[in-house]
Amino acid sequence: MTNLQEFRESTRQWLEENCPQSMRTTMVADEIVWGGRKAEFKNPDSKLWLERMAEKGWTCPTWPAEYGGGGLSKDEAIVLQQELDRINARPALTSFGISMLGPVLLEYGSHEQKAEHIPKIVRGEIRWCQGYSEPGAGSDLASLSTRAELQGENYLINGSKVWTSYADKADWIFCLVRTDFEVPKHAGISFILFDMASEGVSTRPIQLISGASPFCETFFDNVKVPAGNLVGEVNDGWSIAKRLLQHERTMISSFGLASGQGDRGGVTSTMDSVEGAAMHYRGDKGKLSDPVLRDDIARFKIDSEAFAHTSRRSVEETKQGGPNATSSMLKYYGCELNKRRYELLLRSLGSQSLGWEGEGFADEELQVTREWLRSKANSIEGGTLEVQLNIIAKRVLGLPDLLSLSKK
Amino acid sequence: MSLVLNEDQQMLQQAARNFCQKHTPISQLRQLRDSRDEHGFDRQAYQQMVELGWTGMSLPEAYGGFEFGHSGLAVVLEETGRTLTCSPLIASVLLGGNLIYALGNEAQKQALLPGLIAGDLLLALAIDETPFHNPTRIQTRAERQGDHYLLNGRKTLVLDGHVADKLLIVARSSGSDDSVEGLSVFLLDRNSPGLEVTRQWMVDSRNSASMVLDDVKVSAEDLLGSEGQAWQSLEQVLDIARVGLAAEMLGSIQESFARIVDYLNQRQQFGVLIGSFQGLQHRAAVMYSEIELCTSIVRAAVAALDNRELAAQQVAALASAAKAKLSEVAELVSNEGVQMHGGIGMTDEFDIGFFIKRARVAQQFLGDAAFHRDRYASLNNF
Repeated sequence: MTNLQEFRESTRQWLEENCPQSMRTTMVADEIVWGGRKAEFKNPDSKLWLERMAEKGWTCPTWPAEYGGGGLSKDEAIVLQQELDRINARPALTSFGISMLGPVLLEYGSHEQKAEHIPKIVRGEIRWCQGYSEPGAGSDLASLSTRAELQGENYLINGSKVWTSYADKADWIFCLVRTDFEVPKHAGISFILFDMASEGVSTRPIQLISGASPFCETFFDNVKVPAGNLVGEVNDGWSIAKRLLQHERTMISSFGLASGQGDRGGVTSTMDSVEGAAMHYRGDKGKLSDPVLRDDIARFKIDSEAFAHTSRRSVEETKQGGPNATSSMLKYYGCELNKRRYELLLRSLGSQSLGWEGEGFADEELQVTREWLRSKANSIEGGTLEVQLNIIAKRVLGLPDLLSLSKK
Repeated sequence: MSLVLNEDQQMLQQAARNFCQKHTPISQLRQLRDSRDEHGFDRQAYQQMVELGWTGMSLPEAYGGFEFGHSGLAVVLEETGRTLTCSPLIASVLLGGNLIYALGNEAQKQALLPGLIAGDLLLALAIDETPFHNPTRIQTRAERQGDHYLLNGRKTLVLDGHVADKLLIVARSSGSDDSVEGLSVFLLDRNSPGLEVTRQWMVDSRNSASMVLDDVKVSAEDLLGSEGQAWQSLEQVLDIARVGLAAEMLGSIQESFARIVDYLNQRQQFGVLIGSFQGLQHRAAVMYSEIELCTSIVRAAVAALDNRELAAQQVAALASAAKAKLSEVAELVSNEGVQMHGGIGMTDEFDIGFFIKRARVAQQFLGDAAFHRDRYASLNNF
């Protein structure tokens, strides 16, 4: 028996003994565990499940054991995920610390920074948010102007961020700040970490077209941050920022995978099958009666299948399985697929997809409407689709870059 | 099931690429076209393909084959797509050879397959009867009379029909139009009395023929399989050929796209390379993404052909997914190929025009995108 088979058997047995029964059911939206100081556990089993998984480091299976991670090989991590899927286990922890900050901190952070932050990410003790976009710096992120000035042992931070996801619920922020205004814009940016409870930090939720408020405006007014919280070298934050964006794209591109898992933390519903919904609302049996919708759904499903194979191939081709130049292609295509999915769902449900609240509409119908609106952000957040196409043209196809002239 | 080529497949890919560039470049297709070549392909090059083992790749050793699986020929076809190579590989090997292997009795296999693999025997499948691929809409009739059958009907778009030594005729002995019941396949010499074969000059300069069957007499011994029971094998073989054709289309699409990107990096207007214009960059980036999906779905469909654990319905759905997707993207990339080259793309002297011509024929042959989306939907129960 190979080591991998042994690992599979011991993992299966451990899961059998340690995964609570209620954690072996499809995730529901308000029971997703985000962790943090203000963590809420609507289902007490989810707290137990997090503690047990974190104890083994399996919330971050491939991270080094030295910092609390699982220390698993890539193959072992795949086996673990297969065994989790086998029993339909819910994700024990979902966080930006896991999907975005952790990987770059492990790559660029000092030993002290890793020792301080990584174990808390693994255990879900600190919830992180992302301080990237600013009112004047969207697609042109590098033009950001939040200022960090060194005064003795501390940086003094002034400015504001926007589209800060869940800033009102987060404990710490990883933030891009300008530490030099005299050099070309990419060369004066630093990557810094600080506590959202610091004096001078305030947040205000932004209400979106979907009615939800997952994003905030975040303001910094003379916020004092110890100089040791700066990651990497001063003024060298842009390379870290870009690396993190690759991880973010990889996370967002998973929205487009057939199951629709990822953006909803593994939540599934009867709306997962577009063709099923289309037939249900028309009372069709065997064959969908609207030939145009049927053709469009077939095209969507074929593209989804080809996309899922492409994600797999990308992992196979990149031996480490980390993000690479194709992350922009996956981000672009995955987001377009998710948007298409919701447009098809609207057509599938007819006017039952047009409610906003109240009587006459089932919860899952209202959810489709809200998520259709939410999906429009997929091709804006984490770099717009136009930015992704720019990156493909320049980095993958090697086409000349006219924009570089304006970067000086 | 891996979606990345293994070492053997990579070596085969390189060998096939070298061969096609050296022996069957686009200039050869141009020459075959301009000389109105009698055969429509280079027989000497085909004999070299035989020597390279391409004709026997998926067939069993018992008949002279190599049992390399369908993945081998798919790798080769991708390379023939890059150079728009004309050869009997699709008609004779993918359709003809696989159909005889699937339907024929032992004597028929022994009699035909070794010659086919050796390149001495060329086959062609006569199935379509209307301008639209629909393999169950068969009105050609087969009537049993004692120890033989009488065939009557019409066929069109018979690939390599005018050069094949033997034809595989799909005919109906029972069942209503469109029924999967009652279909049979007969083996017929091309010079049989009552059979009229007319060469069709196609836009892609490839071989095709139309046929009229007027009381063509065929011995009952030349029926492949049981009377009226051909559909299941026929459909499986059509799927093998659809995936093979998709692989060929992938090669053509990749080559067209490489030529587009090269041109964007060479052509100057307004004092700059046109590849620096965002209006062209984004269209190129979209094409790149679509081609990545094409590569993946072709690899997945090819792997499915060789995966005995998959249900027939799953293989069929993947074959249709691949043919639908590749047909769609072939149209996009071949159109952009002409448009992005501007005026020079419209000239016969420039090669990009050969790609758009081949693309349309490959798109429609064995079912266009709409046909395969419809089939994919049915196979997925909606």
